[in-house]
Formats: sequence, structure tokens, C-alpha cells
Amino acid sequence: MATSRDDFVIAFRSAFLKKKDKQKFSLLTLLFLSIFVIILSNYNFKIIKYIKFGINEVVYKFSFLISAPEKKIQNINSHVKEHMKIYENYKNIELELEAFKQKELMTKFLKMENEKLRKLIDESINSEEILAKVLIDKESPFLKSIILNKGTKDKMKIGMAVVDGIYLVGKVVEVNFTNSRVLLLSDLNSKIPVVLEPIGMQAVISGTGDNYGKIEYTKEEYVEEIKKDDIIVYTSGLGGLFKPGIPVGKISKDNINKINFFSDFRQLEYAKIISYSIESNN
Amino acid sequence: MSSLNKNTFLNLMFSYFPIGMLFLSVFNDFDFNYLKIDYFSFNFLHILIFFWTLKNPDHLGYISIFIAGIINDVIVGLPIGISSFCYLLICTATAYIRNITLSPNFINDWFSFLFAILLINSIQVLILDLIFSIKIDYLEYLINTSFTFLFYPLFFILFNYINEKIIFRLND
Repeated sequence: MATSRDDFVIAFRSAFLKKKDKQKFSLLTLLFLSIFVIILSNYNFKIIKYIKFGINEVVYKFSFLISAPEKKIQNINSHVKEHMKIYENYKNIELELEAFKQKELMTKFLKMENEKLRKLIDESINSEEILAKVLIDKESPFLKSIILNKGTKDKMKIGMAVVDGIYLVGKVVEVNFTNSRVLLLSDLNSKIPVVLEPIGMQAVISGTGDNYGKIEYTKEEYVEEIKKDDIIVYTSGLGGLFKPGIPVGKISKDNINKINFFSDFRQLEYAKIISYSIESNN
Repeated sequence: MSSLNKNTFLNLMFSYFPIGMLFLSVFNDFDFNYLKIDYFSFNFLHILIFFWTLKNPDHLGYISIFIAGIINDVIVGLPIGISSFCYLLICTATAYIRNITLSPNFINDWFSFLFAILLINSIQVLILDLIFSIKIDYLEYLINTSFTFLFYPLFFILFNYINEKIIFRLND
């Protein structure tokens, strides 16, 4: 009994401490080093921050370069698929265009009306936009985020809204000197205050890890109200991070548990970062 | 007597294959997650590290694994150091298996691999959830672990072939 325990201890000690011919460090040293790195990375000392920025800059640049050939192949693949469906798409687009032309007239009127009403309450929304290229969109099954090629040198700040066209994609969670990380709406840790239209109900939506979101907090009457019609989800602007009225997704009355995001996060090549300020002239 | 395998480029390719694959897969996706198949994902790095540190640790150094872990954390967005810690725990498991195994057996290795990845994924989930309060989909982790376990034999055949080539060329 004692011998088998001794064998276990010897095998274990040897696994931790013994170095093979070409290994320069023992496992135990490196395990302690990684624990040390985990602890250090949680402190916001200036020097650690700069080291982290440095590592991020180098790794993101390398990853962008190394994944370029694979991205090229993926792009060619999607181009070929698009070409195969070109006629079918054209017919659908023609029908959609006609519908949009009609809607645009209505939108123009509503926009003007909105501006007039804001003038009446002496309030105006000013927003600034920064265009950025997606450097890395590694599809991790666990965390959903992308890296953009704009950082503090382009006046990027944590918490800024990121949009694809006019649709919300996520928010900036980490900013380095020349790049930044965006947490996508689909990530489990993403929480966005929204308003559900046309019922006008406030809610908080959360990511699910998949390409759809869910409503996390709202009024209890939500289920009854939502069954009546399709719901469009917009940012509410509560919390002051996002500009109000950015379209997020749609909830179909047939499946009220799913928010289908308007933007396809897998196809992102460029994104806009929006900062805004509400000015009251009172 | 002169060697039959004088193609030094091929020798170099084979001997740097494990490290090359390690860094290629942390910088670039090599786990088919981009295929977006529902309920499908596996961790190629776990298979790679387990196999090479078990069969031929001289060709995959611990320091490279440590650096690869740091890079993976930066790219995926995990707190820096977690992947390194988990990868090194796999190395600990393989070093222990090497010490207690007299005659290597594929089935033993395969089930040891399952035990190792279950252990390190559990540790990773615990660290992320309890210490860093990062929400994690447990089902996704379980699926990832299952497919990683199921894919091991496939990569075992491939890596074993390459490992034999490396040993043959070194001894030649």
C-alpha cells in the first residue's frame, strides 16, 4: 500500500519537476508563472496596462496577417455562392426595393416631424462616427467578440456603440492604441437596454451564445402584448451609453423567445463606431 | 554510411510540425468552428498538446505551449494566463501518464485524454465563472469536450504517422 503511494508521489513529483532534454523550464515553474500572469492581469497598474496593450497590438497584427489566406478562401466561397443565386436574388430585391421606396417617404416625414419636436423641447442629439475594419473575427464557441483596427489614437473609448450600417452590433469593451475589442450582442455577457416597438415597452436584452438574443428583464405583461404583432427592438438610450433608436433586431410573433439580430455578425468586414451627446439648450 | 533521407527541408518540416501547428491554430482558426454547424465544436489544441507532449515532448516545448496559451487568451478575449495554465495542466497529465506507463496503449491514452480535458475544462469554467464572473454556456463546453474526445483517434492516426516519420528521420 505504502509502495503504491510512494510510486504515485514519485511519478507526480517527476511530472512536475523533471525536465526533458530539450525543455528549458520545469512544468511547475511555468504553472506558477501562468498563475502569476493571471493574478497580474487583474491589476490595473500602469506598467501592466502598457504590457497588455503591447501584447494585444502584436498578437492582433500577427493574427490578422496569418488568417488572411483563410479569409480570402472564405470570401471566394461566399462570392461563388452569391453568383449562383444572382437571378433569384435580383427578383426578390426588385420587390423589396418597391416596398422600401414607399416606406422611405413615410420615414422622411417622421424624421422631419421628430426634428421639429426635438426643437420644441430644446434638445438635440449630436453623434460622431468612426469607420473601422474588422481585423479578427475568430469564431470561438464560448466568447463572441471581434477586433477592430481603431484604438485610442482614433479617440475610441470603452462603451461606444458599434453598428453595421444602421444596425447595432455590440459595444467596445477593450481599447488599445491602434485596435479595440467589441463584445457582440450574441455574447452571453452582453446586456443592452432596449425599447420594444410598437408596444413601447422597456427591456434588457441579453446574448445567448448563438446568433440570436433573448429578453432578460421586462414587464410581466410582455408575453400578452408581444403575441399581437411582430416587434422591432431598438436601443432605448437608457444608461447613456447608446444613442436611442438604433435598430437591434426583430421578434416574430410566432417565436417570441428569440430576437433575430438584423446584422449577420459572421459577415462583418467593416463597422462604424458611434459616440453621441444629447445637448439640452435650456 | 550515408543517410537515405537527405532532404533537409522535409526533415525540418517534420521536426517543426508540432510547433508550427500549435502557433498556426492559435493565430488562425483550425477547429472548424467557422462552419457554424449547430452543436458542433472541438478543441484542436487540446488534442495537439496532449498527443505531442505524451509521445514526443522534445518537439513541443513547454515554453512554446505557455506562449501559445497567452496568445490564445489575447485573441479569444479571455483573462490572460488562463489558457496557458490549462494547457500546462494537460502537459502535467501527460508527463504523469508517461511516468507510470510501461507499455503504451491507445485505449488507455484515449481515456486518460478524456479525464484530462474534463478536468481542465472544469477548472477553466470554475475560474471564469467564479473568479472572473464571465458567463459561460456549460452545454457548449460539454459538447466541445465530447467532440474533442471523439476526434482524438482521428488525429492520433495522423500525428502518429508524422511522429514515426520524425523518429525515423532522426535515427537515420
